[in-house]
Amino acid sequence: MTLAVRVIPCLDVDNGRVVKGVNFQNLRDAGDPVEMAKIYGEEGADELTFLDITASSGDRETTYDVVRRTAEQVFIPLTVGGGVRTPEDVDRLLRAGADKVGVNTAAIARPELIREIAERFGSQVLVLSVDARRCGEGTVTPSGYEVTTHGGRRGTGIDAVEWAHRAAELGAGEILLNSMDADGTKDGYDTAMIEAVRKHVTIPVIASGGAGKAADFAPAIAAGADAVLAASVFHFGDLRIGEVKAALRGAGHPVR
Amino acid sequence: MELSNKSVVVLDYGFGNVRSAERALAHAGAQVEITRDYDRAMAADGLLVPGVGAFAACMKGLRAARGDWIVGRRLSGGRPVMGICVGMQILFGRGIEHGVEAEGLDEWPGTVEPLRAPVVPHMGWNTVEAPGDSRLFAGLDAGERYYFVHSYAVRTWELEATNPHIPAPKVTWSTHGEPFVAAVENGPLWATQFHPEKSGDAGARLLRNWLDTL
Repeated sequence: MTLAVRVIPCLDVDNGRVVKGVNFQNLRDAGDPVEMAKIYGEEGADELTFLDITASSGDRETTYDVVRRTAEQVFIPLTVGGGVRTPEDVDRLLRAGADKVGVNTAAIARPELIREIAERFGSQVLVLSVDARRCGEGTVTPSGYEVTTHGGRRGTGIDAVEWAHRAAELGAGEILLNSMDADGTKDGYDTAMIEAVRKHVTIPVIASGGAGKAADFAPAIAAGADAVLAASVFHFGDLRIGEVKAALRGAGHPVR
Repeated sequence: MELSNKSVVVLDYGFGNVRSAERALAHAGAQVEITRDYDRAMAADGLLVPGVGAFAACMKGLRAARGDWIVGRRLSGGRPVMGICVGMQILFGRGIEHGVEAEGLDEWPGTVEPLRAPVVPHMGWNTVEAPGDSRLFAGLDAGERYYFVHSYAVRTWELEATNPHIPAPKVTWSTHGEPFVAAVENGPLWATQFHPEKSGDAGARLLRNWLDTL
């Protein structure tokens, strides 16, 4: 009995629509997150993640509706992140049907938010999203990795490994480790960064950023990740969930 | 999905993703209602007790909603009850979280303790080892996986089967770092540490198995 490695597709959702995606067979509307979620669920996704990139917070109701409709039809865990700033935001998403909530920038600004959410809803609902990159010119952190904001455009000077460790102590249930260096390159996950974080946290680590081919996933697991997340390779049809699982299984990792 | 016409109340005591449980049970064919109303909860064919968060907080919420009374009354009449996740944990004697000990419903002797594993929470899809005559896992492959999310578990099953006229409880185990109780079938009282409502097709089958016994 061994816990399976989780394969998690991530959907960017803007105003209730999937931002990027291609038409799979038997998919009526590639822009509908609910339809996409169903397909991924049928293909064997172990969890789903929605990243809400809706610019205006006034339009959040659309997001809740998408979460509600997804939870009615897809019976695997659903994480929703993007724009979560308060325990009330978490409450609304959970009530709509999310199982976990991703928190990022708001926790950097106010780390106590992690404790507040964990105490009220339990650690298991809180996925701390860490957008990290190797330190560039002029920035030094002990681990050599720095937390960024604004999609990697702004450095914070905060050590990414220390931040992950501190978040776990404050009550985060999981770390979503997104490499801003690897993101979009399709050259594979930043395994050195995964190793660095794995050494310092005992909560699950989800690797994100850089997946381009089926063979890219196993090295992330070997580096210490408990789960692998990818977005564009799935949406553009470059890879199917089954192919990724077959590659992981071939590398000796248990999958569902 | 064929309707089973079995009615289930998902106990609404403020802890647990009641909507997820409701949707999955409806998907499995049940007539589902979310409530804490005593009469409704007593009248339903089955009562499902969800639960997430901390043991002590769940117990407090359950007592405030008189859920302890509802569960006890149903069981004394042999009426089916199913606990999920912390909804299972609170059926045991006591829970220890962050060094704080809290009393459970004590339907079964035993202690809910921190899971000792390199990575905790135990989060994701794991296999289980069910007894061959399990009704809960009937028709499900031995290699099937179920979705777990928890940091605490019951490591020792303490209830001794002493009366030969009463069927012995069926205990299903899983392992994360160490073996722990993953499910129990004990007369009208069943429970799972994992989340059948989040366990895809396998979870739906398992819920149908429960509905079939109601």
